Amino acid sequence: MNEYLDVFIEESKEHIQALNDHLLKLENDPTNLDMVNEIFRSAHTLKGMSATMGFQDLADLTHKMENVLDAVRNGNIMMNSAILDVVFDSVDQLEAMVLDIVDGGEGKKDVSKVVKQLEAIEQGEALPEVAATTEAEAVQSQSNQFSPNELDQFEVAVLEQSQEKGYSNYQINVRLQESCLLKAARVYMVFQILEQVGEVIKSEPTVSELEDENFEYDFTVILVTNEPAEDVKQKILKVSEIAEVNVSLFEFDNNTHHQEEISETGNEVELASSDTRADNKEEKVSSKSQVTSKTIRVNIERLDALMNLFEELVIDRGRLEQISATMKDPELQETVERMTRISGDLQNIILNMRMVPIDQVFNRFPRMVRQLAKDLNKQINFEVTGAETELDRTVIDEIGDPLVHLIRNAIDHGIETATERKEKGKPEEGTLKLNAYHSGNHVIIEISDDGAGINKDKVVNKAITNGVITREQADSLSDTQIHQLILASGFSTADEISDISGRGVGLDVVKNTIESLGGNISIDSELGKGSLFSIQLPLTLSIISVLLVEVHKEKYAIPLSSIIETAVINKTDIMHAHNKKVIDFRGKVVPLISLEQVFEVPGENEDDQFYSIVIIRQGDKMAGLIVDTFIGQQEIVLKSLGNYLTDVFAISGATILGDGQVALIVDTNALIK
Amino acid sequence: MTEETSEQMKSIVFELNDEEYALPVKSVGSIERIMHITRIPGTPTFVKGVLNLRGVVTPIIDLRARFGFEDIGYTESTRIIIISLNKLEVGIIVDAAYDVIDIPQNAIEPPPEVIGTVQVDYIDGVAKIEERLLILLNMEKVLDKEAIKELYQMEG
Repeated sequence: MNEYLDVFIEESKEHIQALNDHLLKLENDPTNLDMVNEIFRSAHTLKGMSATMGFQDLADLTHKMENVLDAVRNGNIMMNSAILDVVFDSVDQLEAMVLDIVDGGEGKKDVSKVVKQLEAIEQGEALPEVAATTEAEAVQSQSNQFSPNELDQFEVAVLEQSQEKGYSNYQINVRLQESCLLKAARVYMVFQILEQVGEVIKSEPTVSELEDENFEYDFTVILVTNEPAEDVKQKILKVSEIAEVNVSLFEFDNNTHHQEEISETGNEVELASSDTRADNKEEKVSSKSQVTSKTIRVNIERLDALMNLFEELVIDRGRLEQISATMKDPELQETVERMTRISGDLQNIILNMRMVPIDQVFNRFPRMVRQLAKDLNKQINFEVTGAETELDRTVIDEIGDPLVHLIRNAIDHGIETATERKEKGKPEEGTLKLNAYHSGNHVIIEISDDGAGINKDKVVNKAITNGVITREQADSLSDTQIHQLILASGFSTADEISDISGRGVGLDVVKNTIESLGGNISIDSELGKGSLFSIQLPLTLSIISVLLVEVHKEKYAIPLSSIIETAVINKTDIMHAHNKKVIDFRGKVVPLISLEQVFEVPGENEDDQFYSIVIIRQGDKMAGLIVDTFIGQQEIVLKSLGNYLTDVFAISGATILGDGQVALIVDTNALIK
Repeated sequence: MTEETSEQMKSIVFELNDEEYALPVKSVGSIERIMHITRIPGTPTFVKGVLNLRGVVTPIIDLRARFGFEDIGYTESTRIIIISLNKLEVGIIVDAAYDVIDIPQNAIEPPPEVIGTVQVDYIDGVAKIEERLLILLNMEKVLDKEAIKELYQMEG
């Protein structure tokens, strides 16, 4: 059973991801029946799988979801955002159950609420409401009649409560005179009056559309008030250029209170508004959709084993090359040469096999952003580019959490609420961009928002109060350094702690994770304009370029990424400052570190006139490492020292050289501090 | 296997400082001849370094140094026993390894208290088979990180 469980879990995850992807696309284009079909297929497969594996709750929920989707597919119900929300919610529940199974649970969960909602949606078309809906439609054509189905859950709740408390819910149709010039001003005046007598629950067209004069001459509002209808009407009529006011009692069916039920009329409005938004996104969606190709699943451990074997082969190849060079047998030489070329190709393929598109990490973000934006009541346009960029599997596994954190941060602290943004003269919808691209031997991932940006004064003050820096230090900091402060541990600039982020832990963890992957993070920000977090990561963790050096009889590898250059200096060029050896390197004073002393290398001390120096860099600090000889640049396979030897000072790992020996990799970051 | 679980314990016998020690076969991965070991700076002296074991970087411990015996250098018979223990792969250097023996459970006695003045916790027991005395090692204790840390601190 267990082997099936693994397959089940993997496939369930894929199907849930597919559900999420397609639902998001459907949200942008609710009429797309192809998407509904895709979702239906995924749900159906998931149902079958979970039923076979005996996960009844999972199967039940997917079954209900399937019913709703089927109804949508057959045109019995129309998709709208309320239904989507419920379906999204169901998918969340499904995911939670699958995760539970992963953790060894039984995938049980109380899903009755979602199931009820789904049932309600499903039965929506079978109930007499259909008739009511058509009636409503008929009325709609004459006057701007609201259908209860247009209201969301919150609005329905307010109306119900107000009814219980003895207030009246009125539906008010207002018609402006056709000669009216300043429609928005009149609407504003009407709203002023309405706000005086009660509370406006909903307006059609929406308030913003009204403000933009984006309507003909009619508008309709739902008002909760305790004043009689006639009084309200008279008050509104006092506003000039009003042609007609109709006040009627607004009724909705309390007993069913299925806000999800859809009327044709309500739906059309939904579609119209979301269509416009979907248009500009459509291009991107279509370009992204065709990434999938034929694949098989291989356990990463097998790939590691393959890699190890291949390295052995490389080592033996080195020996063969040596032998053929000494034997000078042309036939042998030819064969070895061919073998070298083939194994080179093989190496490329093996390395490529470990590369996966970063989409694997990115694909869960749209869903997350949608949810966060909803929770925080912000409008966010999330753009993802470069999802096809490939990275080593090990990096992919690690980079997810830091990215989640940065995205949450950008939404929580970066992008302002719609009202704030409007006050600042920005578009109400904030933009969050996630971008990935190759640059040399690195992959750059950028997260940018057009939000509030980083308030430097606030950061500096906070850093001083939290003891991250002193006031004296603060004066000499550059902008970049100030931005880097928010990555220091124990730091948070949000005034209030929220659920999303802002506990002051995290950003330093983000920084540590990225640095442990051999990458770095930089921040660029302009107050009021937005921020850009840029993460630079090595393409692969398993192969890096190093400079091999020798200290007495020992060989060490120094990552090329941290080397500025190498130099040979005369002993007389060495100066002393504070009893420390320093040199003047291109106008900068650079401290010298003797690798022999740091690593306590045994051996005779030779007194040379010249020193070989490797200039290394960490951030904007530099140091010169004294070595005996440079052996040369080489691509090496990075290996860990194993579980037994952890925390070895200034050693980040090991590698196996062509002669089969192990060489240690110098952790230059530890040396500069 | 059945023998081992019931009465007998199949063990590898190795020699260290003229005494014989035994390790359960199931915890031994392989036995290697001495090869090039890369020293790791900043580790306790009994950590000899790491070697390339068919593509896997494996740490090596000198058991003589670990137990505080005198260093006699390597000879033709010196061997490295690779032990896998709780996902940990470690090699130990011993003077010689030459025998596999079945130790009956009833031949095992607790470590005699008089064996030395200092009580060591890494000895599980002593087995007397015919005229041979085998010391049963508890490798978990030998490799225990806490104990090693203490040793390391003692060395300063």
